Amino acid sequence: MTVPLTAPKESILEAEQRVRRKDLSRRWRLFARGAALPILILAVWQTLSATGAISEQLFSSPWLILKQYAALTLSGELPHHLRISIVRASLGFLLGGSAGLIIGLLVGMYRRFEETVNPTVQMLRTVPLLAITPLFIMWFGFGELSKVLLISLGAFFPLYVNTFLGVRNVDAKLFDVARVLEFSRFRQMTKLVLPAALPNILLGIRLSLSIAWLCLVVAELLGADTGVGYMIQDARAFMQTDIVFVGITIFALVGKLSDSIVRYLENRLLRWQDSYKG
Amino acid sequence: MQPVLEIERVNKTFYGEQGTTPVLQSVSLAVHEGDFTTIIGPSGCGKSTLLKIIAGLDLSYEGSVQLRGKRIERPTQEKGFIFQEHRLFPWMTVEQNIAADRSLRDPGVRKAVDELIELVKLGGFERAYPRQLSGGMAQRVAIARALLRQPEVLLLDEPFGALDAFTRGHMQEALLDIWQTNQTAMVLVTHDIDEAVFLSTRVVVMDARPGTIKAIVPIDLPYPRSRTSRAFTELRTLVLNRLDHRAELEQDVYSI
Ligand SMILES: Nc1ncnc2c1ncn2[C@@H]1O[C@H](COP(=O)(O)OP(=O)(O)OP(=O)(O)O)[C@@H](O)[C@H]1O
Ligand SMILES: [Mg+2]
Repeated sequence: MTVPLTAPKESILEAEQRVRRKDLSRRWRLFARGAALPILILAVWQTLSATGAISEQLFSSPWLILKQYAALTLSGELPHHLRISIVRASLGFLLGGSAGLIIGLLVGMYRRFEETVNPTVQMLRTVPLLAITPLFIMWFGFGELSKVLLISLGAFFPLYVNTFLGVRNVDAKLFDVARVLEFSRFRQMTKLVLPAALPNILLGIRLSLSIAWLCLVVAELLGADTGVGYMIQDARAFMQTDIVFVGITIFALVGKLSDSIVRYLENRLLRWQDSYKG
Repeated sequence: MQPVLEIERVNKTFYGEQGTTPVLQSVSLAVHEGDFTTIIGPSGCGKSTLLKIIAGLDLSYEGSVQLRGKRIERPTQEKGFIFQEHRLFPWMTVEQNIAADRSLRDPGVRKAVDELIELVKLGGFERAYPRQLSGGMAQRVAIARALLRQPEVLLLDEPFGALDAFTRGHMQEALLDIWQTNQTAMVLVTHDIDEAVFLSTRVVVMDARPGTIKAIVPIDLPYPRSRTSRAFTELRTLVLNRLDHRAELEQDVYSI
């Protein structure tokens, strides 16, 4: 990049805005490129089931699924189940995620704390969640508590590991700066450690969210009388393939949506980074 | 007059796996208000170590280091420190970096930050992130950040070492400007004899293994200094001779 010597002082900031505007038109093209394959698959699927090449009973068809969407939404059934699922997943994520964040920060900041807590957490982390599920059901029953706790257990680990990693990656030289500038403990946390670890923390949030979602499905399939997982289970019993597909796609949609929100946050909050963006 | 900074018979030894390394031996130096002291010496003679001791970042030494008659016990804002790299917080804008742990919403801080941005000539870049700045601009932000704390003494460890010659010249002039405006005592470590003679009121020449002060050369030239004047070149040669005895010998050969 060449900048004329006489460039006005704001030129760097203006250039930044110009680049961002250009990004917008690029994003549309990117979207079109990403959407091409799913649209093709849907078209083939619809054609195959319309011509009777595959069984509508087993594979349903995009059109039927869409109709079922409308029907379930109008009857209020889908919003009802979805709301309950989202509440469960959010509660579990908030509980487990915030515990992972706080404990990860402490373990990252204080070596004493790390030596006491980290070995135990790493050991628990290797236990498959599905293996613990029966225990949870025995202890907490089939109610909400066991579901939320299972989800929070799943959401705990990614945020814990990534926060810990993020704190350990903070440039030691910047701690010297904080000492010279006499940052208080609180300021050291809010002005140095948290922002420096933020890229890792956000990655941890994304991973935690997807695991929370996964655990929700497990919990609801195992035993529930509400929620999208229950809706799928119930539909399966009656061979209502289209409803099963509605459940699956709604999981996918909400999962993608929550991921996009965090990605958006990443873009906003990490504007200061100059790392390679593809 | 009481010196701002008084270093008396400081010894410093590193105890490592390779045995003990004596780094500083009986180093004594007094810095008065308005002084611009540069320290020059071969690589590894303990310049950075001495600066860290003054900053309070390193406390395991013998001897006494006092700021305004008080023993230095930890890093404080009275001793500004400029590192070789700018060490700005990459997630803060220029103005946030200068304020650092202080709030820009405080009108007093806001005003002081604005004045400093003016002083280091970064108007228009208040909201830029460090990645958008050149090396020289970033180093000026670091200087402004230190000055906001109104230090008694500003310690600079090869602050312009990483800059190209052209930018370095600009930065030296900027630093002189700041020094003349604020009258903050400066202690600057450099490898560059030219820089030392151009900037300071005296040059402290150090020797290596172990690090000792070999000579103190007062630079009694009026500011602004011309690098091409005869007096300037003579003082530069003088410092060079103090720095390296072999150079002195060669000079003798040449002068025959
Ligand atoms: N943490 C340390 N542990 C052991 N030895 C050290 C340590 N830091 C510095 N030293 C030694 O102390 C000596 C002086 O180091 P110092 O960094 O102060 O030199 P310097 O004069 O700043 O050199 P340069 O001009 O290259 O920056 C060197 O020989 C170095 O090997
Ligand atoms: Mg050094």
